[in-house]
Amino acid sequence: MSTAAIQSKSFYEEKKGLKSWIFSTDHKRIGLLYFYSLGSFFLVGVILGLLMRLELISPGETIMKAKTYNQVFTLHGVIMIFLFLIPSVPAVFGNIFLPIMIGTDDVAFPKINLLSWWLYVLGGLFALSTLVVGDGPADTGWTFYAPYSVKTGTNVSLAVFAAFILGFSSILTGLNFIVTIHRLRHPKMGWFKMPLFPWALYATAWIQVLATPIIGITLLMIIAERVFGLGLFDPSLGGDPILYQHLFWIYSHPAVYIMVLPAMGLISEMIPTFAKRPIFGYKAIAYSSMAIAFIGYFVWGHHMFTSGMSGPARVIFSILTFLVAVPSAIKTFNWVATLYKGSILIKTPLLFSMAFIFQFLIGGLTGLVIGALATDVHLHDTYFVVGHFHYVMFGGTGFAMFGAMHYWYGKIWGKMYNEKMAQISFGFIFVGFNFLYFPMLILGLMGMPRRYYDYLPEFTTLNVISTVGSWVMVLGIIMMLTNLIRSKKRGEKAPKDPWGGTTLEWQTSSPPSLHNFDTEPIVPEEGPYFHKV
Amino acid sequence: MFTNASNFVDGVDLSFAIILGASVFFLVAITAIMIWFVIKYNRKKHPKPGIVKENHKLEIIWTVIPTILVLVMFYYGWMGYKPMREFPKDSIHIKAIAQMWSWNFEYENGKVSDTLVVPIDKAVTLDLISRDVLHSLYIPAFRIKEDVIPGIDNKMWFIGQELGDYNILCAEYCGDRHSYMMSKVYVVQETEYSTWLNDKSSNDHPGLQVLKKNACTSCHSLDGSKIIGPSFKGVWGITETVITEGVERQITVDKEYIRSSIYDPNADVTKGYNPGLMITTYKDLITEDEVKDIIEYLKTLK
Repeated sequence: MSTAAIQSKSFYEEKKGLKSWIFSTDHKRIGLLYFYSLGSFFLVGVILGLLMRLELISPGETIMKAKTYNQVFTLHGVIMIFLFLIPSVPAVFGNIFLPIMIGTDDVAFPKINLLSWWLYVLGGLFALSTLVVGDGPADTGWTFYAPYSVKTGTNVSLAVFAAFILGFSSILTGLNFIVTIHRLRHPKMGWFKMPLFPWALYATAWIQVLATPIIGITLLMIIAERVFGLGLFDPSLGGDPILYQHLFWIYSHPAVYIMVLPAMGLISEMIPTFAKRPIFGYKAIAYSSMAIAFIGYFVWGHHMFTSGMSGPARVIFSILTFLVAVPSAIKTFNWVATLYKGSILIKTPLLFSMAFIFQFLIGGLTGLVIGALATDVHLHDTYFVVGHFHYVMFGGTGFAMFGAMHYWYGKIWGKMYNEKMAQISFGFIFVGFNFLYFPMLILGLMGMPRRYYDYLPEFTTLNVISTVGSWVMVLGIIMMLTNLIRSKKRGEKAPKDPWGGTTLEWQTSSPPSLHNFDTEPIVPEEGPYFHKV
Repeated sequence: MFTNASNFVDGVDLSFAIILGASVFFLVAITAIMIWFVIKYNRKKHPKPGIVKENHKLEIIWTVIPTILVLVMFYYGWMGYKPMREFPKDSIHIKAIAQMWSWNFEYENGKVSDTLVVPIDKAVTLDLISRDVLHSLYIPAFRIKEDVIPGIDNKMWFIGQELGDYNILCAEYCGDRHSYMMSKVYVVQETEYSTWLNDKSSNDHPGLQVLKKNACTSCHSLDGSKIIGPSFKGVWGITETVITEGVERQITVDKEYIRSSIYDPNADVTKGYNPGLMITTYKDLITEDEVKDIIEYLKTLK
């Protein structure tokens, strides 16, 4: 670029005022709207989680009644899953970076993109309204299992309706991304010149579009049963409770991959940058995303190994579950191989990526333990499962997001964060996290069921360790956020490409201008992760 | 752990050993290699990245080996589980009745108990019956669990192999007192078992027996404390404010009121309580004679 070129305004400076944000069709602004709204819900979810851990620090009543506890864990699950994890990476980082990484100026349908955010806000308000109207938030668990969800007096219909609306938000984002990737890639960017984060978003988007309608109709059936007394799931009305479980998990298992695939995409971006090496096994990683998305549709039954499903069905679901583990293993091997003979720069995003690999391994390997029939019968609905999915969802997706917040901090906000503070906060989060969730795996092996307000005395020690871990972790999160907020004012100005990254977002200014690129980006012919040494 | 409390422990624990063993190995190995690379190829010591070519052989190796490994894990998981679904022809049948929030066990001779007593080394089949929502019968020491689902005839079986008592827990979330829905299984000698089974005398008042059998006492306390519904203590003869079809009115707790509270609980709901989760009628579960027993019992509960 010639020195005479005038630095154009960043997308922040283009227009000002609240209206210019909440009605913006700029993908970067919408991404940030998601970031702040998701972040707020995440913090609410964290506080609910802290309260649960505090209640469980000793047997018997500690700070709340059983019914309150049941409502707290339901709300924690609903917020963390429907309002945080499902939108998370695609809605925030996908929105901000997908168009930039494929060298275009926006998503295919900017107005639909804005509509998705509005639907998200509407769904969030419905979920929160359960706090203030009627009999309080639902006390069913985030799974809304019938017939309890049909019988309980709490606000199940409202909570379910919130999830229904959020589903539309998810479908529209998925649709938008599919079309964007097919139609708006830079003319010189073939499918296999595309970075792996867009690949992961692409695989995810298909799940969002194809699986979400099933949960939509299922949730409406719950409402119909509660309001009109239709006998769909409650056997006392002639319904079938197992049917509900099938319908619920046909969506909610693929949804697990909606939550984790994009996070894997983030790891595939960060590792080559900090290793200064092209990613190892580019095609294997890209194909494995598609394989996970595909096989992920056929494993939902492993949530129901003890529900009385037929014997052969249990065996088939178990074997398919084991097969879906293979593409995840392939990704992990390739990430580690990328580090081999690299020139590795240890910065906070890499630390979060390494923690991701370690914790995702624990999450994945414990998944094998509960994918096997004999062991699942013992562990199903115990704390082992709670530990397992927090290792995948928080230790995986959560940590990848924390890493990406640092990786793209300069690109999004135009300043650099304080590296030393970031590494110290990472230390607290990592140690706290493992003290919080590892004891849960042991508690589960010992036979402590989940969703327990009170427990037998022999489970006390591990519960205390877990609760103390939650304090350490939250302290780390507070430190991390303080650092990020302070750096926005005090940080050094971010250069275009602070890490020596190779994908297109590093070719534009930090933060980018409204149309992303002032000059035509150059798509590297050697592939997305080629480092000129 | 490390007992042989039921006939399934061996198979399940073998699967645990194989899968957990392989998992720990891979976790440690991959993490160690990752950390080793990060230290060895640190930019300070290794400023220029080396050139590493794509390696298809390696990709195939680390696809095929994990596939074989997970299939082995699947196999052991299946083998440990298979006997749980192969029901013996000859076994003692006991109905396990789950209801918010208590377990009752009904034996073939009609005996009902809130704990499960079984003879050692004899096959026992539990027919799982739920009267309201989902529950799950879980005996951690035996490594067995099966959901108890209203309207569906699930069952499970086991052989108790070591004398002793073991926890029975509810593993499927079922509402406020889910974590208190516990019982015990006692594995006893054959002779002790038959003495116990044929002893139908009880120290409890017949009315209390009916209340326990129908899980009434898990919501309505006998000591005046509030669990979910109003306590039974001192309720006989008092004047109570109830809501009938949305309208408040005063009633006296008499024979007729108690009878209607059992057969049509939602008709008059005590003020301050929710109609909530109680079964909509006990018509098929509690006979008129049993209602009389309950009334006699409540009279004694001052």
